[in-house]
Amino acid sequence: MTATATEASAVRDAGGATVEFRGLRRVFGTTTALDGLDLTIRPGELVALLGPSGCGKTTALRIVAGFEQPDAGQVLVDGEDVTGVPAHRRNAGMVFQSYSLFPHLSAADNVAFGLRMRGVGTAARRKRATELLELVGLPEHGDRFPHQLSGGQQQRIALARALALEPKVLLLDEPLSALDAKVRVTLRDEIRRLQLELGITTLFVTHDQEEALSTADRVAVMHGGRLEQCAPPAELYDTPATAFVAEFVGTMNRIPGRTGNDGTVEVLGRRLPSRGEARPDTGVDALVRPEALDVTPGGDARVVTASFHGAVTRLTLALADGTTLKADVPSHRAPELPAGAAVTVGLPDRPVLVDDRTA
Amino acid sequence: MTTASAATPSPAAADDLGGGAGTALAPPSAPSAPSMWRRKPGGWLAVLPLLLFIAVAFGLPALAIAIGAFTTTDDAPGGAQWTTGNLSLSVHGAYFTALMGSVKLSALTALLGVVLGLPLAQAVVTSRFRALREAVLAASGVLANFGGVPLAFAFVATLGNSGELTKLFHLGDHGWSLYTFSGLTLVYLYFLVPLMVLTITPALEGLRVQWREAAQNNGATARQYWLHVALPVLAPSLLGGFVLLFGSAFAAYATAAAMVGSSVPLITLQIADALSGNVLVGQGNVALALSLDMILIAGLVMAVYVPLQRRSARWLR
Repeated sequence: MTATATEASAVRDAGGATVEFRGLRRVFGTTTALDGLDLTIRPGELVALLGPSGCGKTTALRIVAGFEQPDAGQVLVDGEDVTGVPAHRRNAGMVFQSYSLFPHLSAADNVAFGLRMRGVGTAARRKRATELLELVGLPEHGDRFPHQLSGGQQQRIALARALALEPKVLLLDEPLSALDAKVRVTLRDEIRRLQLELGITTLFVTHDQEEALSTADRVAVMHGGRLEQCAPPAELYDTPATAFVAEFVGTMNRIPGRTGNDGTVEVLGRRLPSRGEARPDTGVDALVRPEALDVTPGGDARVVTASFHGAVTRLTLALADGTTLKADVPSHRAPELPAGAAVTVGLPDRPVLVDDRTA
Repeated sequence: MTTASAATPSPAAADDLGGGAGTALAPPSAPSAPSMWRRKPGGWLAVLPLLLFIAVAFGLPALAIAIGAFTTTDDAPGGAQWTTGNLSLSVHGAYFTALMGSVKLSALTALLGVVLGLPLAQAVVTSRFRALREAVLAASGVLANFGGVPLAFAFVATLGNSGELTKLFHLGDHGWSLYTFSGLTLVYLYFLVPLMVLTITPALEGLRVQWREAAQNNGATARQYWLHVALPVLAPSLLGGFVLLFGSAFAAYATAAAMVGSSVPLITLQIADALSGNVLVGQGNVALALSLDMILIAGLVMAVYVPLQRRSARWLR
């Protein structure tokens, strides 16, 4: 799918809008889906809402679309409170998880549906549908019905339909989750390219961390209806604000340690500055990524298994106290660290995130 | 103690770059009948019992009706012989009036059944009260099969000339009479509306929430959603429901016989009269001609229904 300048200009006029969540709260029976969500999405930005099932990410998206009403709080688009605006009057295009194309309409008619609702004439509708079908790389598929299209093609048509009314905001509700792995990766990249070309403010709900980290300008990690952290992918990965973010995004080791009285933590025989909330002089877990561990031959730890992952080899290590860790080393070093080898595990010279000990 | 938690992006997923999306799937096309025949020569064997049943339960009676409709009786002057007289008689005079009366009553009640049954079924489907929903569906199952003399009596006792409601609300003073075309329409709706609810409920349950939300998201009001999405998607089911209701009303006899006798001309009542010699004796073969008319009308309805259904459901193929 290659969007030409002309095709992209078909929707560029919409521009990006600022979207703000202010203290959003939504309760379903005894379940609190959103518990005071505050978040601002800048114009033209793609923000991924990431979190486990039930964290409230889809509810937040549906509130922007107007399908849900918050119990408290506001949604502002370009500073204007749209909380009470009915769904059909909000200028937000949405791509659903799957199966949302109208089955009785051809691909072109699906794309032009919104224009038809606005009373746009047949010729203008057809022209615009053709432009949008070209934009999503399916110019030859206008006459096909949804059941004659593959899952990836259906989602492209759904994307074209969502863009047809030149929305201020694009809402993506796990649009790739029903697709197979290959299609998912390709379509993900294409969505991102299109979003950048159009400069449209986009909210992307996903539970797939790889999808979020590889696509978004910023990733908002949600947990229990609250925002844990919203940061660019690299920052989120390197300096997670909370233990939940640290463990939800990527792989994380928990290494037993003990906090001091001076904002430090003693772990693996070293004393390092600590981050996170922990009482002084208590047993804690230090959270360290596998690639941050320094593994050298000789010592009282042992390599249990070595698993080749291409550029890196993942080692499973057993410390003398029985703690099991994962460590990633460059694959060219793997021969010197075979299973059963005695090794020493070291930590980098930087602050360590600590959390209450879990076991 | 502890350990490595959470998952890492799988290398396999990372390697899945390139290609894939947009690779067109060929439109699913149903294998043609001849190729199926070649592949499964034993297929017809499985359907043989059904074909036999249709031949015995429908084919033979239809043949007997057709032969009878085109012949005179043995005791007619000149004995049994081929004639078009029965058929000619069946589409003239009182018989024709009765035929048209049945068609009008069936079409009207079927249409009303569809129009009333659809919103009722939608209310049932979208009800938050599961027990109420189950109760309405169970009641519909019973009422859809509640016809004949008991139904006629229920209405006579309620809305007949001396019916409870008629007296309570002095309906007679307002020109109300149960024993008319309108009265019969009301009685037929009593079992046709529940039949429609039963018929259309699965189709309504098949309407995806995402379609409604996608329509709203594209600026459609609730009315536009129904007009441009829900009704077109439901059209094949609605047409099927209409045909079912039409057939049910067209073939109904006992309710009308018990209620209106011959005051409302209906084809089924005329057939019964002709067979039993209520008016004239020796009209048995005219009754068969009237039955043939009914079969032809049912065929005509199907001839209109099939292309309409095919057109409304072309997106399903």
